[in-house]
Amino acid sequence: MTMPQLDQLSTCPSCEEPLEEGDRFCGACGTDLEAALRDPAPGAGGPPASVNGVPPRPDALPVTPAPGDQSRPGAREAARPHASPATPPRTPAPPHTAAPASTPTHTPTEPDFALPPAVALPEQAGNGAAAPDERPDASREATTPPPGTPPLPSGPPAAGAPAGAGAPSTPDPRTSDPRTVLDEAPAHEAGQGTAVGGVSSGPEPLGPRCVACGTGTIDNDGYCEHCGHKQPCERDHMEYALGSVAAASDRGLRHHRNEDFFAVAETTTAEGSPATIAVICDGVSSATRPDEASAAAAEAASASLCESVPRGSHPQQSMHDALVAAAEAVNVLADEGPSDPTRNAPACTIVSSLTADGILTVGWVGDSRAYWVPDDRTAPSARLTEDDSWAAQMVAAGLMNEAEAYADSRAHAITGWLGADAYELDPHTASFKPDRPGVVVVCTDGLWNYAESAEEMAAAVPSDALARPLHSAQHLVGYALDGGGHDNVTVAVVPFPAAPGGAGSA
Amino acid sequence: MANFSKSNAPRFSVDVYQNEYLPEGAREVNAIVTVTSTGGGTTGGMPLPVTDPARATLHDGPEAGVVIMVDCSGSMDYPPTKMRNARDATAAAIDTLRDGVAFAVVAGTHVAKEVYPGNGALATADAGTRAEAKDALRGLSAGGGTAIGTWLTLADRLLGSADVAIRHGIVLTDGRNEHEEPEELRAALDACAGRFTCDARGVGTDWEVKEVTGIASALLGTADIVADPGGLAEDFTQMMESAMGKEVADVALRLWTPLGSEIKFVKQVAPAVEELTGRRTEAGPRAGDYPTGSWGDESRDYHVCVEVPSAEVGQEMLAARVSLILPAPEGGTPQTLSQGLIRAVWTDDMVATTSINPQVAHYTGQAELAQAIQAGLDMRKSGDEAGATAKLGRAVQLANESGNADTAKLLSKVVDVVDAAAGTVRLKAKVAEADEMTLETRSTKTVRVKK
Repeated sequence: MTMPQLDQLSTCPSCEEPLEEGDRFCGACGTDLEAALRDPAPGAGGPPASVNGVPPRPDALPVTPAPGDQSRPGAREAARPHASPATPPRTPAPPHTAAPASTPTHTPTEPDFALPPAVALPEQAGNGAAAPDERPDASREATTPPPGTPPLPSGPPAAGAPAGAGAPSTPDPRTSDPRTVLDEAPAHEAGQGTAVGGVSSGPEPLGPRCVACGTGTIDNDGYCEHCGHKQPCERDHMEYALGSVAAASDRGLRHHRNEDFFAVAETTTAEGSPATIAVICDGVSSATRPDEASAAAAEAASASLCESVPRGSHPQQSMHDALVAAAEAVNVLADEGPSDPTRNAPACTIVSSLTADGILTVGWVGDSRAYWVPDDRTAPSARLTEDDSWAAQMVAAGLMNEAEAYADSRAHAITGWLGADAYELDPHTASFKPDRPGVVVVCTDGLWNYAESAEEMAAAVPSDALARPLHSAQHLVGYALDGGGHDNVTVAVVPFPAAPGGAGSA
Repeated sequence: MANFSKSNAPRFSVDVYQNEYLPEGAREVNAIVTVTSTGGGTTGGMPLPVTDPARATLHDGPEAGVVIMVDCSGSMDYPPTKMRNARDATAAAIDTLRDGVAFAVVAGTHVAKEVYPGNGALATADAGTRAEAKDALRGLSAGGGTAIGTWLTLADRLLGSADVAIRHGIVLTDGRNEHEEPEELRAALDACAGRFTCDARGVGTDWEVKEVTGIASALLGTADIVADPGGLAEDFTQMMESAMGKEVADVALRLWTPLGSEIKFVKQVAPAVEELTGRRTEAGPRAGDYPTGSWGDESRDYHVCVEVPSAEVGQEMLAARVSLILPAPEGGTPQTLSQGLIRAVWTDDMVATTSINPQVAHYTGQAELAQAIQAGLDMRKSGDEAGATAKLGRAVQLANESGNADTAKLLSKVVDVVDAAAGTVRLKAKVAEADEMTLETRSTKTVRVKK
């Protein structure tokens, strides 16, 4: 099969942004142009140009995994054996996703590279009573991608998998990719051609092609067999939406992998009222395996909250416990997996929000932040967290003003983090009782670097954030990328109170 | 014949050490590839499964063939102990032969002559043939010239007559290869390369270092000096034991590079420096094989340098895929023993891009050490004292820094070390020829990174 030339497209099929010659991805929304070109027809169930298909193996290049493979440092998939609840190729997942066929479960537009078709999950963490109600919301978001947004709406990177009680939203690191189910993939394609979570592959018998050169097939390690380009992995861009919260994460433009991670979940309090959880973690790049640290922490915190909130634990106590659980999860990493003696133990920051019964509780360690942005933008917005950072300490001590402190090269040196080498874990928690509707924006510095003050953040948040949290999260990620995307960007948008008609308001 | 796909075949592992982080615009990727083979030769510390039928088949026929080539030129009689020691050393080597190993002894002068078994084939080692071979050695006498190419050609013919997986030769010489043109030796080496591996030893001090190291290098064996003929027996025994430990022959290091990438160099850097760049044979699109010879229980390091197309910050690519390839016996699909990845990741993190991988730094130093010694000795021979002092001073500094104590000791016999750390040395006025030759022969020996 020959590949269409890229320069046949003059504008992005997703957001109409004019393209330049040679673009592989849309500069505005990040759409995989290669994929869009290959399969422009919406709903064609076409192949994501991902590593998700069957990597053909030319005989010339033996790629038989060797016994030593598992211990090979640097091999991404080998390095994440434990990953997340969503990690393993959950073959049981397809039943979840295929069953509720009455609701649209995947986007009609061509999905972006590594993400599987969007699937809104009926199951929720905890008792998940409200689950069906929020589906329309998620799928509405999903089926009408607004301009300027990536064309892969509420797709949980590992569809179906997060249904477990622990971390309902855990995006799937690429470990679950179908290399492990190579033999099954073609069968799925032939039979259903749809919604097989991460294993969906196109009907192309030759398997996916390189996103960079368009020529090479993809080897078992995720590199192009022609030009060697590292293929995008699922974690490069992740999105997920529940009825009362949505999150998006992107690798950004300057980093070679996404070391951020998020977990969002819904549960109910002991009294039966809905509770929404959003956790965001930012791996510390100078540490070993920061990507694993952020994933472990986000999942642990989310799982902890999902367990303690229904028990009726005090929100701030629940939050505190969740941060401690996250810290422990990261500490454990130091003792397992490949370690690099020249680097620090795995570490990450964390910020989490819990909304229930009209109370907004935040908890954090490090420099990831939460903002309050009221729906009525004439009302004051606010930053809800205080960074554990050099700059924040300078400001707090009155030694510098904010502008001076953040202009300093040391501004972003963090003074608190989760990790085995943290001096002393000091989890911060705070509770608020907002007197009006609005959204909580929970994010890593990859976003707030481009909207530092509460006013700037409020200006960046779309005016309809309360009604369209996923769109807002996508928009905010795009905002950071437009600003330069110098770091990984991750943001969760939590409407407060939860959207009317959504699960949260039930 | 040996079947290496069975469970008793050695297991190979490939580890890649590199700093994959490159600053924007950078194109050169360096990596040290450590290849370790366990379970060959010995059982690698594992209990031997005696009931394993695979093991039994392994010993049905000869698995290895060895030809010992002994210099019998006229100079071997000066002093007469040299010939006697050579005979004794050969006898000791024969004693080390495992039962079942195919072997032959060749007497080398300006022509090559079969000493044992003498029927144009190899004998199979057992108590009887070992005794016969040692008897035959008594007939060896010195007389004639030296044409090592003819010895190797005969060894190749003898080894080719047997159906063995491991084919190995041992050359002992005491003089220059005077009775054939250098081109003839070169042609013989080219013909034998890849057909058998060969260790070479120079005895005394009348031989040419570059000839002996050239033979070992071309035939993927070791070279050394045995300055005192009395040390021959021990050296031969050791060499033969090492040859007996080999379980897998003709292993190739295969490098695949993506489009636009280019291998700048490939060299073995441990246990000794061996340039392999020019020995590439193409193996499919953008893949090439570099010979590594035969393997027992051992570990070797290779330095691979790849030039990749420059890319923007945030990009990652595979710069090269390293695999170990074992050719199939009857031209079937080669077996991939193990593999590793050399990556390139562009980042604007200065800390990441400026750090040099300790392994790469170490072996870059070891390669420079070998070069400095060879250049320094050449300059010394040609009378360039200033140049020799500078080069050998640098060598002393590098040997000192890297903890290469053996080489440092050899250097100290050629130069007076004033300040090892600074590399300040004075050339010794009088240097024993054996010391200089030892240093030159062993200049490529490296040490591994201090852990």
